[in-house]
Amino acid sequence: MSVLVYTENWSGKFKKLSYEIVSFATAIAKEMGSSVTALSIGHVADDELKSLGKYGANKVLNVQDDRFESLDNKALADAVAKAAESESSKVIIFAHNNEGKAIAPRVSVKLDAGLVSGVTGLPVSVDPFVVRKKVFTGKAFVNIQIKTDVKVITFAQNSYEVVENPTDAAIEVFDPQIGDDEFNTIIKDTHKITGKVLLTDAEVVVSGGRGMKGPENWGGLEELGELLGAGMACSRPVSDEGWRSHEEHVGQTGKIIAPNLYMAFGISGAIQHLGGVNSSKFIVAINKDPEAPIFEVSDYGIVGDAFKVIPQLIEAVKEMKTNN
Amino acid sequence: MKILVLISNVPDTTTKIRFTGDNKAFDATGVQWIINPWDELALTRAMELKEAGGVEKITVANVGAKITEPTLRKALAVGADDAIRIDAEPVDAYFVAAQLAQVAKDYDLILAGIEASDYNGAGVGGMLAEMMGINSVSAVSGVDIENGELKIHRDIDGGSQVLSVPVPLVAIVQKGIAIDPRIPAMRGIMMARKKPLNVVPPVDAEARTEFLSYELPAPKAACKLVDEDNAKELIRLLHEEAKVL
Ligand SMILES: Cc1cc2nc3c(=O)[nH]c(=O)nc-3n(C[C@H](O)[C@H](O)[C@H](O)COP(=O)(O)OP(=O)(O)OC[C@H]3O[C@@H](n4cnc5c(N)ncnc54)[C@H](O)[C@@H]3O)c2cc1C
Ligand SMILES: Nc1ncnc2c1ncn2[C@@H]1O[C@H](COP(=O)(O)O)[C@@H](O)[C@H]1O
Repeated sequence: MSVLVYTENWSGKFKKLSYEIVSFATAIAKEMGSSVTALSIGHVADDELKSLGKYGANKVLNVQDDRFESLDNKALADAVAKAAESESSKVIIFAHNNEGKAIAPRVSVKLDAGLVSGVTGLPVSVDPFVVRKKVFTGKAFVNIQIKTDVKVITFAQNSYEVVENPTDAAIEVFDPQIGDDEFNTIIKDTHKITGKVLLTDAEVVVSGGRGMKGPENWGGLEELGELLGAGMACSRPVSDEGWRSHEEHVGQTGKIIAPNLYMAFGISGAIQHLGGVNSSKFIVAINKDPEAPIFEVSDYGIVGDAFKVIPQLIEAVKEMKTNN
Repeated sequence: MKILVLISNVPDTTTKIRFTGDNKAFDATGVQWIINPWDELALTRAMELKEAGGVEKITVANVGAKITEPTLRKALAVGADDAIRIDAEPVDAYFVAAQLAQVAKDYDLILAGIEASDYNGAGVGGMLAEMMGINSVSAVSGVDIENGELKIHRDIDGGSQVLSVPVPLVAIVQKGIAIDPRIPAMRGIMMARKKPLNVVPPVDAEARTEFLSYELPAPKAACKLVDEDNAKELIRLLHEEAKVL
């Protein structure tokens, strides 16, 4: 019996969230008295695969098959289901992101399993298997029981601390034996912005709104972002105006992110904006208007002019870095 | 090409959320029901494709009790040709997908939303595709039809892709699929009254999950304010107190 984790990598390096779900899976496995198997699909070097052991993975199944690069949903689901079957997995865990949302529902049907997506913490109990998640776009929580023998969940990023649990992970090559006829997604064109921090995986996000007044004023935010290794985000009007790329738009109609720290500069905090960021662990707001709704959801804030504050923050971060 | 748009009936996004009976059920008193925003955008895109030619018919389908009919009528008013209501409470994603699998066979392209804004299940589209044994593409931000073939745009980490995928297909849509939802015009509303809304009995299927109890989130602690002229203090707090830097 095992808990199976679907890991994801970004150019051969595991995403931070992969370590997070392995830690999470390790805690569940402990309660259920089972082991943890991680599934890696793609080109990841052996020592990187081994690194999953640090967080408790007992075994890593390594699938190296270029056909999966098309992210064909049907073939991928088939591969994961085969891994789950060969590992007698009772719980299969995905990240609650594009890839996880695409594959988990299909896998649940294949394995006759119940699915809960967007789980926000360790199970309330493992027998019966009850998990907690947000509903009504974050306005409430619900406890849900999965009644089937096999369970599939997608895990909401940043809902569990990454915990080290050093284990010597055994690495095995795994061939799910998927026929060519299962793949029918053909990539015609890919547009990828590389060399930057991946917004949906970033631990710190620096974000600007209409209060930044215009695209020419983003220099300070970019410098701050660079110093913090942060992903860059913006509110919808900012991307609608073309001040920033649509890739950066967060909110109900944009990307949903959950970094450790979300720093909002000149953003009022409209409900549609908050829908995309309110799962962040800490929210910081810099806004001229003390009545701005963003302060209601913020942990720290400065009522003031972003243009005065940004240079001070840059300086403080530089000092912090030299002192460490 | 025939398109089926799946329609989830959800509370208006500004609804104040309350629960009844020991927090066991959602309190629907006084709630305004709407088409789930993603489904509304999916329908809008389907209409645009139809107007460009190459789409024979657009059907909308919902699994729900009679109270969802005004929502389906609205979809007809926006421009769908007909509607199907499968007459059952949508107890969980598996149950809903099993119902939809009965009516989806006759379509080339099935459009589902990435999630319904009530229970945020993010499950129905993928489950339906698997049950039907057909492919799905998730994170779809655009659909075009070129010479009778689908051209699908999808979001990936840090970018986007253009794909060619044969029909039948379930496309699970999100941001970008259409810009603004279409609002029904008076003429559409009049015509919608005469369009077919077929009620279909449910098939046997057992829910695999059960909602036990709800809870409202704990109120957030007050925001700690730092003076504008002492902004450096903020970095110290984030570093030493919050430990996020
Ligand atoms: C259906 C729908 C979906 C939507 N989806 C999204 C979404 O996904 N994401 C999103 O972001 N929005 C979305 N919106 C728009 C949303 O309602 C708000 O209009 C938008 O978030 C406001 O952006 P903003 O905070 O940048 O601008 P504003 O609301 O104009 O706020 C600017 C803020 O900057 C402050 N400010 C001005 N100058 C300074 C200065 N020098 N220093 C510090 N602060 C300053 C002001 O006090 C103000 O609070 C959606 C709207 C609808 C109707
Ligand atoms: N009861 C339902 N009837 C028809 N379609 C539904 C229903 N519930 C969900 N869907 C579709 O599935 C999508 C995802 O919903 P969910 O999996 O419930 O988050 C929605 O955007 C709809 O397109």
